Amino acid sequence: MIEARSLTKTFRDKKRGEIRAVDGVSFRVEPGQIYGLLGANGAGKTTTLRLLATLLQPTAGTATVAGFDIVAAPEKVRARVGFLATSTALYGRLTAREMIAYFGRLNGLAEAEIKVRLQRLADELDLHEFLDRRCEKLSTGMKQKTSIARTLIHDPAVMIFDEPTLGLDVMAARAIVRFVRDCKGRGKTVIYSTHMMSEVEKLCDTIGIIHGGRLLAEGTLGELRARTGEHDMEEVFVKVACPEEPA
Amino acid sequence: MSWRSIVTVYGKELRDSLRDRRTLLSMIIIPVVVMPTLVFSLGRIGSRAYARAREEVPVVMLLGGVDSPMTTAALQQSSRFRVVPESADYRQLISDKKIRAAVRIPAGFDAGLRGGTAGPVVILHYQGELKSGFAVGEIDAFFRELREKTVTAALAAHGLPASLVAPFAVRRENVAPPEKVGGNAIGGFVPYLIIMLCFSGAVYPAIDLTAGEKERGTLETLLCSPVARVDIVLGKFFMVLTSSLCAMGLSLVSMALTLTVAGVATGSVGRGVQAVAAQAGGGALPLISPLGVAGVLAMVLPVAVLFSALLMMIALFAKSTKEAQTYLMPLAFVVLLPVAIGLLPGVELNTRLALVPILNLSLVCKEILSGVWHWNYIALIFGSTCAYAGIALALTVRMFNREEVLFRT
Repeated sequence: MIEARSLTKTFRDKKRGEIRAVDGVSFRVEPGQIYGLLGANGAGKTTTLRLLATLLQPTAGTATVAGFDIVAAPEKVRARVGFLATSTALYGRLTAREMIAYFGRLNGLAEAEIKVRLQRLADELDLHEFLDRRCEKLSTGMKQKTSIARTLIHDPAVMIFDEPTLGLDVMAARAIVRFVRDCKGRGKTVIYSTHMMSEVEKLCDTIGIIHGGRLLAEGTLGELRARTGEHDMEEVFVKVACPEEPA
Repeated sequence: MSWRSIVTVYGKELRDSLRDRRTLLSMIIIPVVVMPTLVFSLGRIGSRAYARAREEVPVVMLLGGVDSPMTTAALQQSSRFRVVPESADYRQLISDKKIRAAVRIPAGFDAGLRGGTAGPVVILHYQGELKSGFAVGEIDAFFRELREKTVTAALAAHGLPASLVAPFAVRRENVAPPEKVGGNAIGGFVPYLIIMLCFSGAVYPAIDLTAGEKERGTLETLLCSPVARVDIVLGKFFMVLTSSLCAMGLSLVSMALTLTVAGVATGSVGRGVQAVAAQAGGGALPLISPLGVAGVLAMVLPVAVLFSALLMMIALFAKSTKEAQTYLMPLAFVVLLPVAIGLLPGVELNTRLALVPILNLSLVCKEILSGVWHWNYIALIFGSTCAYAGIALALTVRMFNREEVLFRT
């Protein structure tokens, strides 16, 4: 489960002064649920997810992830989280097998356990063909699959996806979407950030619209449509994020 | 802190680095092949150029001396140099290296020799020019012999023994063991080499493991793992240290082997080394006490830690490898300066200098290699360098915990 409580993150910029990248964001995601964080570029999605993954520390507020506080026990949180983003790359000089096993070791798994889990992931994600190929030689789709296996090797209870389909072709993006659904099916708590309306419509149980660091609206797709009186997700988003914008 | 995590990170970095051509180049190829080849080739080229310059009979211009036929004839007959007739542009000719020196014989020199009133002989040369220097040496030797002959003749004319001007001889006898002579002769060069190799061996991995990872996006992946940041930074640090020590160790072994093999094969490895070897009473390789080498290596260890931590800290701040290279370039000069000061003659170890990092190592290594073990200074230098290394490492760990550094875009 994820529970964010007034999560706030400010940065200092020499030119622009204090920037509130995330401003008092609160939400709750239950196991077996996909929470979609929808926002334009620079809305605060990545910062929110980095806070939940304990890559950044909140300036104010906090969150509980899989039963642990992100400020008090960041290492325990990370041990229960799988974080996948376009910015989380693979080590080019390691093979896919070495990459996945490395993260197994970092997560404190024993060698025998890593072997078993790697075999299972290779079967599930169809990695066998390129498991012993260096990551730098893999295609984008193969890299994505390896990244997914990397996030799953320690079987985390919570999955955080930060725009995972960005820059991918249709087939690779579909594979990701399928995988996210699969995570939900396995009872994992999933948070998924994107600026693509179609993905939100397809995947998410609850949608949070974030803009200027603030969570402006939250609800199911039906609730948001009802509140804005719009059917098209893009129109829903525009009405919430920029109400002054002409339709 | 978990040693299991540190070893895991280190193991991965080692495997990754050994697959990287650039790391292999800086850690193994350059120290094992390039450095010894460079040093050996430079030595060979230098010794050959020196030998060729020595073999050349210098061309010397004779100025004046028309009224001193005896001296001018002796000069012209000398096999030490080749005398050419006087020309008005002798200064230009020396500058243009057409002639190596000129010698001006004062008016009435022969008559003055007989009467003991000869004026001074002037040697005109080009200071700093090797061949001109050789010419001056030969002219000097000629006139020294002439002076001795004149004095001996004068003494004989008065029925006095030649030994009157040299009533006793002075002889030098070396009491220093060969390894200490060797240590003194190359004591300044060895720490210089070691320090520079330690530094250069750490530069590339320090950049690749920090700024390089940021640039490639793998640092964020690594930070997602539950491993504490202190363990990540220590795992990476040990890899940089390994590279630094590897570069130094391999280079020293390779250079020693090259010199030994070359010495055995050719019987000489250049005049510089030959001279040292002759001084030291050894073969082609100057003798250095193994204890001295072990002492130097022990003293170098905290400096390698200092370099590795410092380089990582600076490179970590950079957004890209290019930016890191820009930051680290001036650091090479900062390191080079104290090492160069340590090589200067007359700069000796004292309590104040013992606290100056790098310079203290350069000076103490010189002493250790020449067999002088000032234990109080050694303890002070080792302790202070360990403290500096510890501070640098602590700062690097602190830097690794700063979000604005890790996610600097």
